[in-house]
Amino acid sequence: MFEQVLFYAFSGLVLFAAVMVITVKNPVHAALCLVLAFFSSSGLWLLLEAEFLAIALVLVYVGAVMVLFLFVVMMLDINIAELREGFASYVPVAVLVAAAMLALLSTIVGHVNFGVDSIQGVVAHASDYSNTKALGMSMYTDFIWPFEIASVILLVAIVAAITLTLRKSRQTKSANPSNQVAVKSSDRVRLVKVPSEPQE
Amino acid sequence: MLALADYLIVSAILLCLSVAGIIMNRKNVIILLMCIELMLLAVNTNFIAFSRFNDDVSGQVFVFFILTVAAAEAAIGLAILVVLFRNKKSINVEDLNSMKG
Repeated sequence: MFEQVLFYAFSGLVLFAAVMVITVKNPVHAALCLVLAFFSSSGLWLLLEAEFLAIALVLVYVGAVMVLFLFVVMMLDINIAELREGFASYVPVAVLVAAAMLALLSTIVGHVNFGVDSIQGVVAHASDYSNTKALGMSMYTDFIWPFEIASVILLVAIVAAITLTLRKSRQTKSANPSNQVAVKSSDRVRLVKVPSEPQE
Repeated sequence: MLALADYLIVSAILLCLSVAGIIMNRKNVIILLMCIELMLLAVNTNFIAFSRFNDDVSGQVFVFFILTVAAAEAAIGLAILVVLFRNKKSINVEDLNSMKG
């Protein structure tokens, strides 16, 4: 019973926050609502006993990605009114598409038609069961190769983000390596024949 | 007792809301990126629900990788956004027509 109350509270909060994200005017408020959505869905994940990922969601998303979003939103001087232009005219189309998709999806994943509820493999774990340990055992054995690829993807993301936003400052003096390699001795040393002075 | 379908319906609603958000905010790139994050959140919730109800931890490993890739995507997307704003002084999607596509 208590679990159900928590479930409805958290999912109501997620959906409320999602509605706020897509409707508020100010992008800063939208980012803050997205933070609320992440927090409450990490509550949902805790109900599903995925403790490690729930904490990772808070740390990685709320702590890093959303801060990045807020930084960018506040750094850019955007004209909100111009971006909101035509918002109202898109609402009917959006509601129509969303309602159609929802009808279709709830037919598929709902309680009635395809017997999703017959999947009942919930196992009550002992109190010393560690979700983090189980995840680590799976990740470092069965999924070690995807894990390595994920680290490479993160490295690529770092390099790409820095390269994209790096502005060359004119203040720094740097050598051009291709000029350095292409240099010849004649560019550096000039031999001059100087007539010797007659001795007195 | 909560069933699998409860979680699946919540994330289906979340996915539909983010699709609606993409249609409504089609001029603002920042909100579009936020809607993509919401979609990934819905997908991740599905993965975790299936992982719990099948008692298989592999689903959570997938969520871990999705989180990784989504963080990389957000970083690169925002970097592109910053460069775009620097060059065009606007983040309106309709101004992005220099490739005549």
